[in-house]
Amino acid sequence: MSEIRDDLRYTENHEWVSLKDGTVRVGITDYAQDSLGEIVYVELPEIEDEFSQGEEAASIESVKAAAPVYAVMSGRITKVNRKLEDSPELVNEAPYSAYIYEMEIRDPDEFEHLMDSEAYSDYLESID
Amino acid sequence: MSELLLFEKSKEGRRGFLLPALDVPAADPQEVIGPSICADAPPALPQLCEVEVTRHYQNLARKNFGVDLGFYPLGSCTMKYNPKVNEEAASLPGFCEVHPLQPEESVQGSLKLLHTLTSFLCEITGMSWGTMQSMAGAHGEFTGMKLFRAYFQKRGETRRNRLIVPSSSHGTNPASAHLSGFEVVEIPADSRGLVSLEALAPHLDDRLAGIMLTNPNTLGLFETDILEISQAVHDSGGLLYYDGANLNAVMGISRPGDMGFDVIHLNLHKTFSTPHGGGGPGSGPVLVSKRLVPFLPVPDVTQEGDIYRFSWDRPESIGKISGFYGNFLVNVRALTYILVMGCDGLKRASQMAVLNANYLMKHLKPLYHLTYDVICKHEFVLSAERLKKETGITAVDIAKGLIEEGIHPPTVYFPLIVPEALMIEPTETETLETLDRFIEVMKHLHRRAYEDPQSLKEAPSHMAVSRVDDVGAARHPRVCWEC
Amino acid sequence: MNRPIPYIPHTQQDISVMLKAVGVSSVDQLFSDIPESVRLQGSLAVPQGVSEYEALKFMQGLSEMNIRCTSFLGCGIYDHIIPSAVKQVLSTPAFLTSYTPYQPEISQGLLQGIFEFQTMICRLTGMQVSNASLYDGHTAAAEAAAIALQAKRKAGTILVSAGVHPFTRKVLETHYRGSGIKIETVELHQGRTRLEDVKDLLSSDAAALIVQTPNILGVLEDLDGFAEAVHEKKALFIVSSNPMTLGVCRNQASWGADIAIGDTQCFGLPQSFGGPTVGYIAAVEKLLRKMPGRIAGETKDAQGRRAFVLTLQAREQHIKRERATSNICSNQALAAFGTASYLALAGPEGLREAGVQCMSKAHYLYEKLGEIPGLHPVVEAPFFHEFAFYLASPEKAKEYLDRMYRRGIFAGVHLGEMDSRFDGIVVSAVTEKRTREEMDRYAECTREVLA
Repeated sequence: MSEIRDDLRYTENHEWVSLKDGTVRVGITDYAQDSLGEIVYVELPEIEDEFSQGEEAASIESVKAAAPVYAVMSGRITKVNRKLEDSPELVNEAPYSAYIYEMEIRDPDEFEHLMDSEAYSDYLESID
Repeated sequence: MSELLLFEKSKEGRRGFLLPALDVPAADPQEVIGPSICADAPPALPQLCEVEVTRHYQNLARKNFGVDLGFYPLGSCTMKYNPKVNEEAASLPGFCEVHPLQPEESVQGSLKLLHTLTSFLCEITGMSWGTMQSMAGAHGEFTGMKLFRAYFQKRGETRRNRLIVPSSSHGTNPASAHLSGFEVVEIPADSRGLVSLEALAPHLDDRLAGIMLTNPNTLGLFETDILEISQAVHDSGGLLYYDGANLNAVMGISRPGDMGFDVIHLNLHKTFSTPHGGGGPGSGPVLVSKRLVPFLPVPDVTQEGDIYRFSWDRPESIGKISGFYGNFLVNVRALTYILVMGCDGLKRASQMAVLNANYLMKHLKPLYHLTYDVICKHEFVLSAERLKKETGITAVDIAKGLIEEGIHPPTVYFPLIVPEALMIEPTETETLETLDRFIEVMKHLHRRAYEDPQSLKEAPSHMAVSRVDDVGAARHPRVCWEC
Repeated sequence: MNRPIPYIPHTQQDISVMLKAVGVSSVDQLFSDIPESVRLQGSLAVPQGVSEYEALKFMQGLSEMNIRCTSFLGCGIYDHIIPSAVKQVLSTPAFLTSYTPYQPEISQGLLQGIFEFQTMICRLTGMQVSNASLYDGHTAAAEAAAIALQAKRKAGTILVSAGVHPFTRKVLETHYRGSGIKIETVELHQGRTRLEDVKDLLSSDAAALIVQTPNILGVLEDLDGFAEAVHEKKALFIVSSNPMTLGVCRNQASWGADIAIGDTQCFGLPQSFGGPTVGYIAAVEKLLRKMPGRIAGETKDAQGRRAFVLTLQAREQHIKRERATSNICSNQALAAFGTASYLALAGPEGLREAGVQCMSKAHYLYEKLGEIPGLHPVVEAPFFHEFAFYLASPEKAKEYLDRMYRRGIFAGVHLGEMDSRFDGIVVSAVTEKRTREEMDRYAECTREVLA
């Protein structure tokens, strides 16, 4: 059973999202890291990069797979988790603290459209 | 024991080959080209004598597997035997010692060869004309996509930007299409493992550029609705691309041109017996239907009576796709093969390739799950999913078990739509005895999975190396020695 | 009864046994899934098969229709000496008849060989990372440009010096036509790419500058200051070099290049009418994960022994599919082994000596030709083993080359046929293989022809 945290929002692409003062923090869920297997590389966006919702902002690679991490909302990258450059395994070890990027968002309403933990849990059941 | 690297064997002062004595005054680089362009020192290459270099490569060879050493049923790669006469033809000085920019008059043999081979390949595939310039299958696909683009451009149909690929397609298909600016739409296989008109229907509009298919597909199944598919795609103004990776199933039996394909690439290193060379050089000729001929790359090779020429005067051409005329010596081998095989031999190759595949499939399906249980063509895909659930043994473990038995594993984990896939392509060049031994080994590994899974997890033992740490390799890549 | 074919082992009895096991009555039944409407009626109009001896004789006949002369042709393909030991490596069955080393346990030979090739390319170019090879030096330019476009996402222009081989520029044009990416040319002045022109053309839209040295006229470019100018616009500096020059001349890294490309045909590979050759690509470390194609990496096996494996595969098309930035799958692995074994035999001193010999001979011939009226050097600039001279017109150039050919000499390449900006310019190449006698004869014939 993969871990789902109540205080986060989720996407169908298995990203988790938290919101604080107009900035979101994004990572991938426990389910996502488990299906990818041992993560060998995280390609981070550049600070100041602008993305529209749904654009590929980062990429996570295991030996046998490469998964895009999308811009969960539209906005500008303000921070990236540089620790992942040397230690991509942190995503496997602690997916909910190993965030990938932070983004200043344009439209906070978009956040409200994301799944809450219950909806995500149902979603996982539906795809398994 | 790991073989030391060439660099580790190096000893200052050794040389492996000599040049003739210089018979003109030696130029001093400092003086002739000037100190600002001169290197401080030559590159730090290893210093070895000839015997060391020869032994080095022969020792490396002992740690490598090839078709000449044993059975190599690597699905989708058509690892058939590489006839030795091809090698002799490709080493003829008249082919090897010719420069690509010699006067046309002095390369009539090379031009005639390219022209003849193109004609034969067109006949085998039912296409109108083609180019030998693309050096590999993926290169051919890219060329094909450029041809699609040029065709729609000419017709002013720039809206046509969507390219359909089945989810079972080779990874190169969507990659080539995307690189050429097409939007890739993946469609699923139906319950038969085939592309259906239903799956296609929603995409048949004025944004459709076309569809890329392999026929037989990567599951080894013939796309039986191909005529309806090509009709539907053509009716909505799109084109059809044929990935020729699987042509070895249908030579002399069915031709992509007759199925309605507009552009195809072949892999001469698969179907036409040229060696794979550890990953290349290959050759990926592109052949087209009549309406796409004007867009083919330059130069074309034309014939006027007994004279062959390069023709650069092709205003609608997509241009050049590689430096010269492709991997010429690979094309020499392919033509030699076609001459030996002849029309009857090519057909027999496909017939026996399909017979070999069905024979293996029949014997292996009771043990390993066969997703689509119908007659296959030149290859078939088994799944180790059930085995994995019951024993923990995966497709990779079976692959490693085969290595211990002196057999190259099938393609694993492809196509992506079959879990724990083992994709097996025996080719026509294998004997019944070889197939029987493979069946025995696969049965034995199946038993081992239940009786002693741990030993299989640790396989292969007694090879040059055991399983390697690919995670470590990718996390902290070292791709150059002491760089 | 069927004609026996040496590569198809099935006896009539084998076929019966197998059909029975499969549960069908005939081979034709195995094809019953193919609709009648797409079945070939009759047989292919390809000749009946022949014996291997007859096929070889036919091929020999074709090969003898080709004419070989004393060659001073270059422009990307060169007539160098090939050591016998290289030919032996190239025909080693375990390399020749294997495929991409997906299974490391039975592919250590290839993987280590590729790793050694990568290391040699890095040492030649001074770069940190390289791959298992690309199709040729021309397509390598298109792949290098793709890296640059990936590294600078919103950029849409590739600057290319007019000194880059015209065929390389044509390949680039084909590659990027219709993609929205602009290929812009930096013209040559006095046979060289000028920094001030580069600076004029470099805009914030530029993803890369591609320069070739020696360039198509044979001229060694002076690239001081180029890297700084390119980097100022956050673009990448791509330098293509004939690697035969690198035993004597500065390498790409020393010019501040981010990506080094070129073709290693000059090392151990026959001219072969242009292919197969080997495209090489090497780069600074930070571009490693953007490299196209196969890459061999060093790692350890379960017992902790050194091992090699194809690495960073998640970049590649078979995993990334439409999200991949290159579709490269097959490369030129075996030919790369030819190059690696050549370099192992030559060593640093051998490479340098080959370079000095090429250079000395080219300068010898250049001096000789300089005395002949009617031939004009295109520029007075340093060159390695290729130089350009100008004849009054394209027609004169063609006529000159034709008349030299009638005397058994391939005197050079008329560049105008590849690119009209070079009309009337002939480029000649001299390798270590040419003798003084051959060069004296070249000069003598030229004198006669132009008299």
